[in-house]
Amino acid sequence: MKASLELLFSEFEGRKEEIIPLLQAAQTCLGYLPKEALLEISRFIHIPESQVFGVATFYTQFRFSPTGKTHVMACRGTACHVRGAPRILKTFSDCLGIKDGETTEDLEYSLETVACIGACGLAPCAMINEKVEGKLTPKKVSGFFHRRTKNEITV
Amino acid sequence: MKSPFKEMTRQARLEWHALQSCQTPVIRVGTATCGRSAGAFKTLNALKSITHKLGTDCIIIEVGCLGLCFAEPVVSISTSSRPPVLYGSINENRARELVEKDVLGNEPVEDYALGTLGEKRLNNIPLLSQTDIFKHQIRRILKRCGLIDPVSLSHYLANEGYSGLEKAAAMSYEDIIQEVKASGLRGRGGAGFATGVKWEFCREAKGEPKYLICNADEGDPGAFMNRSLLEGDPHSLIEGMIIAGKGIGASKGFIYCRAEYPLALERLETAIKQARSAGFLGKDIMGSGFDFDITIKKGAGAFVCGEETALIASIEGKRGMPRPKPPFPAVSGLWGKPTIINNVETLASIALILQKGAKWYAGFGSKHSKGTKTFALVGEVKRPGLVEVPLGITIREMIFDIGGGIRADKDFKAVQTGGPSGGCIPESLKDTPVDYDSLNAVGSIMGSGGMVVMNTDSCMVDVAKYFLEFTQKESCGGCVPCRLGTKQMLDILEDITTGNGSIEDLKILEELCQTVKRSALCGLGQTAPNPVQSTIRYFKSEYLAHIIEKKCPARVCRALISYFINPETCSGCGACRLACPTGAVSGHKKQPHEIDQAKCTRCGACMEKCPKKFSAVQCIPGKIF
Repeated sequence: MKASLELLFSEFEGRKEEIIPLLQAAQTCLGYLPKEALLEISRFIHIPESQVFGVATFYTQFRFSPTGKTHVMACRGTACHVRGAPRILKTFSDCLGIKDGETTEDLEYSLETVACIGACGLAPCAMINEKVEGKLTPKKVSGFFHRRTKNEITV
Repeated sequence: MKSPFKEMTRQARLEWHALQSCQTPVIRVGTATCGRSAGAFKTLNALKSITHKLGTDCIIIEVGCLGLCFAEPVVSISTSSRPPVLYGSINENRARELVEKDVLGNEPVEDYALGTLGEKRLNNIPLLSQTDIFKHQIRRILKRCGLIDPVSLSHYLANEGYSGLEKAAAMSYEDIIQEVKASGLRGRGGAGFATGVKWEFCREAKGEPKYLICNADEGDPGAFMNRSLLEGDPHSLIEGMIIAGKGIGASKGFIYCRAEYPLALERLETAIKQARSAGFLGKDIMGSGFDFDITIKKGAGAFVCGEETALIASIEGKRGMPRPKPPFPAVSGLWGKPTIINNVETLASIALILQKGAKWYAGFGSKHSKGTKTFALVGEVKRPGLVEVPLGITIREMIFDIGGGIRADKDFKAVQTGGPSGGCIPESLKDTPVDYDSLNAVGSIMGSGGMVVMNTDSCMVDVAKYFLEFTQKESCGGCVPCRLGTKQMLDILEDITTGNGSIEDLKILEELCQTVKRSALCGLGQTAPNPVQSTIRYFKSEYLAHIIEKKCPARVCRALISYFINPETCSGCGACRLACPTGAVSGHKKQPHEIDQAKCTRCGACMEKCPKKFSAVQCIPGKIF
């Protein structure tokens, strides 16, 4: 990990205000922010680890545990809420057997909610591995995972 | 010799004209985020492979979003012999049909056509600008979105792009500020402060260097105006920023954009690079001696960072927590220097004002709210999408004329404007003009332009709770009124929606609203009570139904509804019995079934599974004992 972080640091100057871009780059590279990464960043920009941790925990983008291979972000924006987002979230949760913010034990799936994806015209929607799925219904959601599981079996 | 800019524009216009009148058919596919999620890439790939297979000679261009979310993916086809036609809901199969019939056969497919672009119509296909969706709109900020290739500088230049900057480059900063003041432009981010006045404060403030920040941290749930503009026409923001930089005397600009908008970020990066190599960014811009450059800062998912001082803290690499004002950022902002923070749409409007003049800009709008404004019209409306209207248009015109009314012909109940800082406006006030002051007067705000339409199936207490959950979660925790006040308010709403509320609670809730509004540190806290106050003001009977009758009239709050099976229509198919997760449904085959209310958790699975032809499971407000 240290080697990959050092490579990543080479693109930065080590200034204090680079902390958020550094955290973002580290998370993109590692998938989440393990404790060692925070420690390395604090050394690199010369600020206490507690401050790095303080900034990292403030922003919802940062995660401190790994996500699943398939990462589901269910939108709970206003348009989605009015068009049935709570039921969509419940279906995701039932299909995957995990709650909001959890990851399956086999690290295959993780589920979280986001404030708004910005695809409100297609509400309710969710983002599955960077791809936005719109006009969701409980049926569509359960069918989606059904299909996915089958695909995985054939692969 | 002509100036390099004039020559560049001349070239761009020639290219654009050649594209408009070329013999080869041109196919445009809308591939912004909303198009993509509706399957625009599948359509695009289908078009590419079909035309390749058939050996069709054509040009395929990816464009941004026209704002027709309900009709995504959209495709337009233009040929030299007739006006271009815009098609909606084009999946892979329909794409093939379009290629075969329209591109090869030159026969427009009327069934999928939404209208013709430009000024000429065709038999049976109306002019798009005369359709219900467009005829009430005035497209100025969005005029290029969905028509030009967002990653082509040449397309932007050919459509008046950077002509505003050309003018500004030759103007003094006083004249630029004067022009902006004369336009009457008010901040499009929500608060509606006069942009020109704010600039003047910054210009006159002591301290160098000065900074310009574009707030593209569009965090309001239910709003995506900025995303569409950034994805469809990124150069308009950049042009506006350079002009603003010259106006306030800043040579460094930042765009603070949400990380949740990957495509917008990508488009911005491309556009900045293009602007740099064309000499619009960098040293001595257009020979004016003025230097300016832009850096993108990615947000990290904190709603409060839409607040000016929190946004500044975030750019400085700190926790995004607001600080008390004054001093205002225009006097002491980023790293203690005078800083202007403007919203994306404000800056794009600046480009327009310089291109066309303040008088032209102020030609639309109401007395104190000039110009046009983009809105994300979403929720239970028939044609959700991104619209641009002159300020002063009524809510009724927006929802019924442009949006086509309420889905499934249900009744319109309320519209929520301004996101978590705004309020709910009831059906009875649908003739309210949409401008800063009128919306404030009815207890809401215009905000950045989110407009979520609700029908009678929405519970207003639940909506208020929804927004408070949001603000409570997004509160930075810096000041007590917001940290604890919103929590207490949320707890009371939780009680009310679960049937544990009392009349006394409602009084405390109203008091808390007042206190938080008056004492919270920043805009997030001060406006957090708006959704609660406006729903109590207009929908008090609904609160009372929850509290006294223990009923949720809209049948949303699970604790205050019941499911029962109508024995007269139940055929005893057993679908509900199998679907029930708690075993609350019982009954013999081909005999009417029953629900045990004590076991029922009111999840609604039975109603979902009951075949439509019977519709025997019904949901009613209140509890059956």
